[in-house]
Amino acid sequence: MTAATHDTGRFGPFGGQYVPETLIPALDELTAAYDAAMRDTRFTSVLDEMLATYVGRPSALTEAPNFSAHIGARVLLKREDLNHTGAHKINNALAQALLAKRMGKQRIIAETGAGQHGVATATACARLGLDCVVYMGEEDMRRQALNVFRMKLMGAEVVPVTSGTRTLKDATSEAIRDWVGTCDHSYYIIGSVVGPAPYPRMVRDFQAIIGREARAQVLERAGKLPTSVVACIGGGSNAMGVFHAFVPDTGVELVGVEAAGKGLETGEHSASLACGKPGVLHGAMSYLLQDASGQVYPAHSVSAGLDYPGVGPEHSWLKDSGRATYVSCTDADALNGFGLLARLEGVIPALETAHAVAWIAAQRGRWAADDVVLLCVSGRGDKDVAQVAQMDTFSA
Amino acid sequence: MLNETMSSLRAAKRRALVCYVTAGHPDPARSVALVQGIAAAGADVIELGVPFSDPVADGPVIQGSSQMALEAGMTLQKTLELAAATRVRVPLVLFSYLNPLLAAGPNVLQQAKDSGISGLLVTDLPVGADPEREAWIGKGPLSFVRLVAPTTPTNRMKQIASHGSGFVYLISRLGVTGERSDVSVDLPGTVERLRSVCALPICVGFGVSSAAQARAVANMADGVVVGSALVRIAERSVDEAVAFVRSLRSAIDAA
Repeated sequence: MTAATHDTGRFGPFGGQYVPETLIPALDELTAAYDAAMRDTRFTSVLDEMLATYVGRPSALTEAPNFSAHIGARVLLKREDLNHTGAHKINNALAQALLAKRMGKQRIIAETGAGQHGVATATACARLGLDCVVYMGEEDMRRQALNVFRMKLMGAEVVPVTSGTRTLKDATSEAIRDWVGTCDHSYYIIGSVVGPAPYPRMVRDFQAIIGREARAQVLERAGKLPTSVVACIGGGSNAMGVFHAFVPDTGVELVGVEAAGKGLETGEHSASLACGKPGVLHGAMSYLLQDASGQVYPAHSVSAGLDYPGVGPEHSWLKDSGRATYVSCTDADALNGFGLLARLEGVIPALETAHAVAWIAAQRGRWAADDVVLLCVSGRGDKDVAQVAQMDTFSA
Repeated sequence: MLNETMSSLRAAKRRALVCYVTAGHPDPARSVALVQGIAAAGADVIELGVPFSDPVADGPVIQGSSQMALEAGMTLQKTLELAAATRVRVPLVLFSYLNPLLAAGPNVLQQAKDSGISGLLVTDLPVGADPEREAWIGKGPLSFVRLVAPTTPTNRMKQIASHGSGFVYLISRLGVTGERSDVSVDLPGTVERLRSVCALPICVGFGVSSAAQARAVANMADGVVVGSALVRIAERSVDEAVAFVRSLRSAIDAA
């Protein structure tokens, strides 16, 4: 139902390749190289080996007994926070860097919001001997100074983006502009399931290992499939990664949690699926926060990684087809979720993940005691502790 | 009107001077005066840029002008009003990203025609990307100007040429819009490749920023597009921008 038709890169009416003409040949080259690599065991075996010995896969599935007691259902945590570099982003960044190397592209471009994808890309480039340029909004560089340092430490050049809202949206635009000028020798590693085809499908495929592992782990641990699979959504790569293996299991509820920012009614949020309408940004047709004249709204979220006015086109299709459900949590909810998982389980989640934690926490009584709720812990919260500590609304 | 203008230029063996301005820049009132001034100074076609919040194909100058125009309240609807207010006789080509057109809805092409627009160029709608919407524009009342890039293979050039009208806009080099100090060394070869499969007039843009470059480009193509350099000067002074267009006209006519 959700499989993209590969020749058009569409998910229902969503997706596509809405890019300047200059990039069309580069996207054709990428599509051909990606499809060939995935059929070539020399590529997939190197990737599998690096995921095992460098990233540390499979990631653990952790019981959350105290959180489970708190909400009245059995919560299992898929621990992407335990990956090398501390988030799910490395699954995709490493795979694409290997692909770039295979294609003979020495220079890597990436965009980053919270810095997790930038760090993952800088890491993969250091390991594979590739040059790395990361575009990051000036506002995000301030919010995520630690990640900026990590990228530089690994030899990446971090370029501050001062246009527009100075966040992920503008960093992505700047990365695309770079690629338009350098696509003959540069490879653009997009960090989420967004952008022109083949990126949404390719990034999903590289992140789908999350759901494949989790599905097998839950079956082995609980003897049944989860009732619900819950993940946070900005662009939506960890959610697409954990959802993908469960899409054919129609009895399994898929829940994506968007950032409601200061509240959906305030207009200051990043809930493109809840409040947007279909439009074109960064090469794809998808739900988009925009005004009546088609200008993109600045998004808002306390978490830099969710602070994006668009969303991956496959999520738009999962929403319209009814296969997945999309909900939202505010900044304040997320801060509560951040503290809650830390206190109850000794796991400090990324602020992005904290949205999913908060949504589950608010559903007490929704599930039966023996229901399994699978939560994708997309990343660890170490990067966020300094920011949260400075907020007067938060007391540890 | 665009098709007729391009044909009569070709018949007279004259090169087209195509000038880009961002609608509403440097402010809505001066934007009208700018369009009128450059039409009088010898522009054959004027591209009217619709400001967009996320112009991924544009360099800093046009990004900045779009931002200024948006902050002054510019929209696609107001761009059409501005076009109507100019009352110029040279063909106007709307230069837009796709999203503002989609948001405006299916009647926007006729509205544009009624506002005096004769052509449309969509930066992020390459040939084959969205057959349904391309047909909507292709069958509409405006000429549909398509883009060719230096990376475009020859067989794709042929496909692009067969899906466009008015002229084909050849991007002179890799990269976003913006001024460059020289003309790409690969340009003559790219023009020849395109000409071998394209009956439409070929106008070359991206990076053309001086009279000397305009003359060099006019020696190999049917028309020259000047954008960022003009926008940058117009931000300082409409009069200087008009004088700049006059110098481009002379340079091209001497080619």
